[in-house]
Amino acid sequence: MTAQRPSPPAEPGSAAPYEQRVPPPDARGGTARNGGAPPHFPAPSQADIDEAIGAAHAQAAHAAPLDHPPRDFPPYRSSALRHPLASPLPLRDPEAVELTGPVFGVTDVTALDSDLTRRHHAEPLGERITVTGRVLDRRGHPVRGQLVEVWQANASGRYAHQLDQHPAPLDPHFTGSGRCLTDDEGRYAFTTIKPGAYPWRNHTNAWRPAHIHFSLFGDAFAQRLVTQMYFPGDPLFPYDPILGSVTDRAARERLVADYDHELSVPEWSLGYRWDIVLDDPAATWCEEGRA
Amino acid sequence: MTEPTRAAPAPAAMPLGPTPSQTVGPFYGYALPFAGGGDLVPAGHPEALTLHGYVFDGAGEPVPDALLEFWQADPAGSATGAPGSLRRDPVTGEAAGRDGVRFTGFARIPTDADGHWMIRTLAPGPHRPAAVPYLALLVFARGLLHHLYTRVHLPEHAEALAADPAFAALPPERLGTLLAVREAERRYRFDLRLQGEKETVFLDFPLEPHQPVAAPVPGAR
Repeated sequence: MTAQRPSPPAEPGSAAPYEQRVPPPDARGGTARNGGAPPHFPAPSQADIDEAIGAAHAQAAHAAPLDHPPRDFPPYRSSALRHPLASPLPLRDPEAVELTGPVFGVTDVTALDSDLTRRHHAEPLGERITVTGRVLDRRGHPVRGQLVEVWQANASGRYAHQLDQHPAPLDPHFTGSGRCLTDDEGRYAFTTIKPGAYPWRNHTNAWRPAHIHFSLFGDAFAQRLVTQMYFPGDPLFPYDPILGSVTDRAARERLVADYDHELSVPEWSLGYRWDIVLDDPAATWCEEGRA
Repeated sequence: MTEPTRAAPAPAAMPLGPTPSQTVGPFYGYALPFAGGGDLVPAGHPEALTLHGYVFDGAGEPVPDALLEFWQADPAGSATGAPGSLRRDPVTGEAAGRDGVRFTGFARIPTDADGHWMIRTLAPGPHRPAAVPYLALLVFARGLLHHLYTRVHLPEHAEALAADPAFAALPPERLGTLLAVREAERRYRFDLRLQGEKETVFLDFPLEPHQPVAAPVPGAR
């Protein structure tokens, strides 16, 4: 803990996201650097967070498995003031506008958008990878011609975002965002570099496992999904309250891609496969007797 | 481990478990928002209306890093939309805005540092005869592990909304959170409160329970 490193620049104020990066090791409490917590309230330790995640998972083991994280998940501290207290009102209107959705086409995506390594004048640093898979509904039908958007940190674990003050190098040849449309079989594919793990300020010594953010559209607005893809075998999984917010183990495993040697390109890139399954609103199951 | 095959996955395990949601986080800014994301119609369109508001958290503080998406029917009630929301300049790859002719029905707008957002659009029409028109609204934010749906109704439809049996369970003050307020000619305000007093009513589109279904016919849709 005595290693010298540069102090992050001053932060913009109380609106600083918890995800802003960790303070220098000597800054314990007393400033906005602990994520906006009151000065007398030190950041929780990793052990505190581990205990809370473990308790949530143990409790979930006795209930029906949840496919999605609860919006109120105390180990992820930013959720505290950003989840509704009332339950959502269920709507079962088979003609709801939410059962249709926006469409995208050739005007919305350029051919370069799916290769995150070719957006600048030279190649980014890092381990070149391809990530591919299919976007499906729960019956395994492909979601065709729909928009897939991704964003990620660079190989050093830093985002090209001015609020990210993690003292790791920016890469002038990597912005870290891309998009594509799924094909007739629901396939998407991106070429990128493997993102690095990075520290954040949810608690003391908090580190996010390497991940790629994904944004997905289905045929219905009610199928919309924003999520994160993780890499297999990451030792940070048990320490992360965001992955851990998915309390069902099988559901959590669906967030982890497979390394697929068949997808690796000789002397060029390593391949990962990750299929994505979108929710089906109840009304779409009955449509045209498809169910 | 995934089988090393390029064939369609075996249909044995239907229905498939959905991929869980994860928070959008704070760093989506150079990936999801796009220039003109809130401009469904060009400035100066004779029928354009402005819809704007703030997003607040459970402490009443503005949320500076929320991302809002809207999906709506056009004034004739058609919820089919058109492509071109993210239209790109083929030379630079930069967002070029909508083409000014086709109505895409989709808007995406991040909140400003003070939690404020604004879109410019057309009033939605009834998506079926006698339906109460609305804009579907989806909220993403750092700290929000799973997005939230709600709806924006214009105040001229307040009575029809109050008579809608789908919302009969809501007391009037809760129902009011689904109504925009008219501020000026063709300008409406809609604030979102994620938690606590005056919390916005959020909506759910219930999913079918896990149950076996027939295997899909390959290629069928």
